[in-house]
Amino acid sequence: MSTLEIIVTCIKVLAVFTALQMAVPVLVIMERRGVSFIQDRVGPDRCGPFGLLQPFADAAKLVFKEDITPRHVDKLLYFLAPAFCLIVPTVAFAVVPFGSGIRIGDFTLSFQIADFRVGVLYLLAILSMSSFGVVCAGWAQNNKYGTLSALRGVAQSVSYEIAMCLAVVAVVMSTNSDSGVSSTAMSTIVADQGGTYLGFFPKWNVFTQPIAFFIFLAAMYAETNRTPFDFVECEQELVAGYMTEYGSMKFSMLFMGEYIAMALQSALLVTFFLGGWTLPWVDLGDGSIAGGIASVIVFLVKWFAVAWLYIWVRWTLPRLRYDKLMDLGWKALVPLALINIVATAFVGVWLRS
Amino acid sequence: MGAEQLFPTLVLVGLVVATATALIVISSLFGPARRKSREKFDTYECGVQLLDSARRRFSVKFYLTALIFLLFDIEAVFLIPWAVIYRKLGVLGLFETFFFIAVLGIGLLYIYRRGALEWD
Repeated sequence: MSTLEIIVTCIKVLAVFTALQMAVPVLVIMERRGVSFIQDRVGPDRCGPFGLLQPFADAAKLVFKEDITPRHVDKLLYFLAPAFCLIVPTVAFAVVPFGSGIRIGDFTLSFQIADFRVGVLYLLAILSMSSFGVVCAGWAQNNKYGTLSALRGVAQSVSYEIAMCLAVVAVVMSTNSDSGVSSTAMSTIVADQGGTYLGFFPKWNVFTQPIAFFIFLAAMYAETNRTPFDFVECEQELVAGYMTEYGSMKFSMLFMGEYIAMALQSALLVTFFLGGWTLPWVDLGDGSIAGGIASVIVFLVKWFAVAWLYIWVRWTLPRLRYDKLMDLGWKALVPLALINIVATAFVGVWLRS
Repeated sequence: MGAEQLFPTLVLVGLVVATATALIVISSLFGPARRKSREKFDTYECGVQLLDSARRRFSVKFYLTALIFLLFDIEAVFLIPWAVIYRKLGVLGLFETFFFIAVLGIGLLYIYRRGALEWD
């Protein structure tokens, strides 16, 4: 790699990292204003125009809060857990393609941090670590609420992870890899969804894999511990769940980690099923500057729509019962995902022969 | 395609680890130092006196779920290499994998019938 490439890469990574951190205040204000809209009230509107600066004010407040460490905690895990919650979803974002890329001369700026040939495996490997943070936090604080929350959290996220993995397998199967490109690379999955059927119908995976789409959607809410599956921190039962004994910036980090995971899962849904940065009727992957910028905007619009769905669902659906959650995961989604894979394999081989 | 993809990933990892460390340090630097009382550092239990430790026995179901997860997750990841080339493998590969998925399905049915998935 030349020096120029190294500098550009560092700037790109820094920009993506900053954007991902900024997704947290955006999601928070979206959520707070969104719930106000749904509940027919005003919501935060004092800090800045339309209350847009409210999350920053909250963050500043948390920095200046007293930082205490309770007596009974497991010190090492207590400090590691917030860091873990923040690191895992951020690192997983490395393989998400958020734009097509710009080509100037023989220099290519791809809008993706790392395009591994086994991007899907990388993603699944990192995502399977996402329950570690919750377990560490819940166990380390030696608090009954925290312990219960950690137990529930890990059982819930591992159960839905299988359904999510199987849904992703179906997506990999429906991605065309005939031209020698790896269908486990995230860029291939997106590029394969560009274009249209019959000239007008988008080639998005949501239309070819509708069952996998809904399985992924359900698993997405369970993985990020959001309503209707928010058993990890159901306020009426567990106070704040695994965050109970945390204060100051460490609480803020757990909170940020949760929202970055939300941002990541929304981006994954867009990438796997809603065509990523592609627009069905226009080719944005030609390497021009306008195409590159337009592709990022397309990605952001889709991302916002999915993120809004998160908030909409949270304030519309009530929480499930825990046994119903496990029933849905193991008795409905996993068998359904297996059947979906079998059906996809049949159709794929039949179309080829 | 390997090394030049690894470098930006490592930059990202370094960046986020540094940020996480900085955030933990910041809160201990800027937080006010107030009077420390015994009750303040106690475990939170809705304001009442602590009865016993949180390290208690918990339901074996959680352990069982984690165990079943290990089996099924490995099998789900094992399907990915096949998913990449299943078109080229044709009908024979199709039936071999159907046998594999059938074993998976029978395993799931067995777990279900033995009541490992019942939570009430």
